Amino acid sequence: MTGRYRGLLLTLILGWVVVYPVALVVLDSVQGPGGWTLEYLAAFAREPREWAALWGSLWISVASVALAGLIGVPLGFVFERLEFPGRRVLGALVALPAVLPPLVGVIAFLFLYGESGFVARAIMQLFGLDESPWRLYGAGAILLVHAYSMYVYFYLFTRAGLAKIDASMIEAAHSLGCGAWRTLRRVTLPLLRPQLAAAALLTFMTALGSFSAPYIFGGGFRVMTTQIVASKLNGDLPMAMAETTALALVALVGLLVLRRQGEARSVVAVGKGTPPSARALSQPIARWGATALGWVFGILLLLPHVTLVVVSLVPLGTWTTQLVPPAYTLANYGTLMTEPERLRPLVNSVWMASAATVGALAVALWAGRLVVQRRVRLRGVIETLVSVPWAVPGTVLAIALATAFSVRAPWVGRWVLVGTVVILPLAYLVRNIPLAAGSVLAGYRQLDPSLDEAAASLGAGRWRTLRAVTVPLLRPAILAGGALAFATGLGDFVTSIVLYTYETRPISIEILSSLRAFDIGAAAAYGVVLMMISAGAMVVGTRR
Amino acid sequence: MTQALLRLHGLTKRFGGQAAVDQLTLDVPQGGVLALLGPSGSGKTTTLRLLAGFEHPDDGTITVDGKDVTHLAPARRRFGMVFQHYALFPHLTVAENVAFGLVGREDAGERERRVSEMLALVDLDGFGGRPVSALSGGQQQRVAVARALAPEPRVLLLDEPLSNLDPGLRERTRRELRAALGKIGITTVFVTHEQEEAFALGDRVAVLNRGRLEQVGTATELYERPATLFVATFVGRASVLGGVVTAGDGARLDAGVEWPVETPGALAVGERAAVVVRPEAVRFAEAGLGGTVTECRYLGARAFFTVDVGVGTVEVEASVRAAQVGATVHLAVERALAFPEDAP
Repeated sequence: MTGRYRGLLLTLILGWVVVYPVALVVLDSVQGPGGWTLEYLAAFAREPREWAALWGSLWISVASVALAGLIGVPLGFVFERLEFPGRRVLGALVALPAVLPPLVGVIAFLFLYGESGFVARAIMQLFGLDESPWRLYGAGAILLVHAYSMYVYFYLFTRAGLAKIDASMIEAAHSLGCGAWRTLRRVTLPLLRPQLAAAALLTFMTALGSFSAPYIFGGGFRVMTTQIVASKLNGDLPMAMAETTALALVALVGLLVLRRQGEARSVVAVGKGTPPSARALSQPIARWGATALGWVFGILLLLPHVTLVVVSLVPLGTWTTQLVPPAYTLANYGTLMTEPERLRPLVNSVWMASAATVGALAVALWAGRLVVQRRVRLRGVIETLVSVPWAVPGTVLAIALATAFSVRAPWVGRWVLVGTVVILPLAYLVRNIPLAAGSVLAGYRQLDPSLDEAAASLGAGRWRTLRAVTVPLLRPAILAGGALAFATGLGDFVTSIVLYTYETRPISIEILSSLRAFDIGAAAAYGVVLMMISAGAMVVGTRR
Repeated sequence: MTQALLRLHGLTKRFGGQAAVDQLTLDVPQGGVLALLGPSGSGKTTTLRLLAGFEHPDDGTITVDGKDVTHLAPARRRFGMVFQHYALFPHLTVAENVAFGLVGREDAGERERRVSEMLALVDLDGFGGRPVSALSGGQQQRVAVARALAPEPRVLLLDEPLSNLDPGLRERTRRELRAALGKIGITTVFVTHEQEEAFALGDRVAVLNRGRLEQVGTATELYERPATLFVATFVGRASVLGGVVTAGDGARLDAGVEWPVETPGALAVGERAAVVVRPEAVRFAEAGLGGTVTECRYLGARAFFTVDVGVGTVEVEASVRAAQVGATVHLAVERALAFPEDAP
């Protein structure tokens, strides 16, 4: 494809898997058997439960942003600006929640803080109670999980932002008579604004699309994601379409509002000096206080992981009323590896996530070449298309794919893929595209464009240039994007629950059915395996 | 004149309707070194990129040895290129960089021999195993040259080859580069915006301005016999005064006096002209063009004086004690050139 049509093929493919399915859902929500209708949307609007769910989604997301920010931002400051014993180790620990896939984090919280979890048992034992003093239930429980898993965004973005601030800016403020507090308010925070806005956007979108926590802990508390899946499972398709449209709309509005916040007053600092070095805490009390607090916090963060490992060692049916499990074996891992039906979900998840990752990376490399190197006319469209799936909540995407690919109509680009082995990898792939493309495009932008020309002038064709120059130089970006994509696909729950079949069931679905069968040991063992593979992928992805 | 190896004919490249390179026709003989000299935006880099095949001309042809290569892909053109920022592959060693263009052509032993031969040529024996990031700027430049020469290209292209080196290193590198090019006798085209570099490296210099070729020739030709007002003022120092052409090879300057002038361009008697004079072709005299010395810049025993003659300024090179700032002086001319005033 040459000239003005270069890039058209990728644009069409992306449009077909990203935009088209969502557009079909929106169309379905205003189309009935008798043509155009507002009946479904009206039915949605008449239902108080729907409004409650919409409101629930919205305020939970806003509250998640606030909570995550309150924890993550100060933590970022402490770790970037203060020097105290254990800073390095703890600084790495603080990012730990990131290796827990959403559903795994949720069940770890269940085992830890749930009504029959370790903490409740300890308190019952301590005070001689017959019943758990609380239930992990409703909005509070959801927010707890969200705060735990999403503060990491604020923490990492704050640290990255602080590391970019020139020390001389702070010094200039001080020399102009600004005290520490005023410097923070007038200089540091405004300079951090783009990073904080980005973290807020990421947190808001993640919370809005969050499914695992409301699904497990929600009880009577309604949010849109669980509402959609419930409608779909109940067979009320028109309602599911209307709900999906509503959630997609909220996501779009949230994206636009928050993105504008970030851009409105984002400033570009001139000069690129070195950031201020971390200040050592000199007073012994402050030093030991910071260290002690840091370790307490680190242990709190690590508890869910430890809980998961401990529970995974509990044989089926041995742990009843005791404070801690009476028996530990590797039996759960044994059955997981030896029973074909138990191994199946593991194999499924690994191959589906691998296929999706390879596909997403191929799309990302293709997009990078067209957008950055060739600068084709359609580059703006392509760049938008590869980032769009990120703003589409997983549930919306799943319903959209389920709608688009359950009909055979090749002349409008629709085939029956639902129920086949293709649909889940495809869903993972679409969700992975922004992760892979974000990383790979950033990598492409750092490449000197004349390297490509140098290879060409030395006689290397397009494929040799890709293999011998581009890919090796993009290796860190490809590994980082690929690792993130692989971990996301491996732990996916939100799209899987809509699209899986018994044959293609992934790990997350098996965790859910183990939980339902009260086989908590098996559920935890799957969780540990997921956690380990995700952590391994992250290590590979961040290695230089 | 030797047979031209590389020939550009009517080469034209437009960006958004604007001609970056406009009807460019140039010949480079086998083994010749041609400098493309011009200010930024003159089209010299675009010309080089057209030669390399990174850009496609809207019109015109490029031939090598009589064969049309205008639309040949860069990879199949067998032109070596040294990039302004070298574009060394950062993930490869020095030797791997140099060997990059040799893959698939020779066997491994032959390749290795060629790599060490090239490294020896640029005086980097024993550096093969190092990562390119461990080299200094000058060494990187030499690796870039070795890499471009290794596959035995038909033509070597260099984009501002010395612009990234500090001034002290620049002169030495220039000598070495000149020696290396002479040793292998490769046909070379390079781009520069510095005339000193153009004259020192190139045996002929093509002066470009706004995409057009102004003049091509040796350093002496360009300096002594500039074809256009642009070349006269761009190459070397010169002052420009307005005047009218008179009969008998003269020009009456707006300042009042009449000077003898040479007219390389077509100028009719009575036509307005731009009269160009070099600082060394003017001297202080008892009578002649009158003016006031406004500035004196010392260059050791000699100095450049700026003389305000009322309708412009003239730069004069003379001995330091020839005049003082503020003094009223008269100027006599030894040689001046007149060009059409509205030359494009």
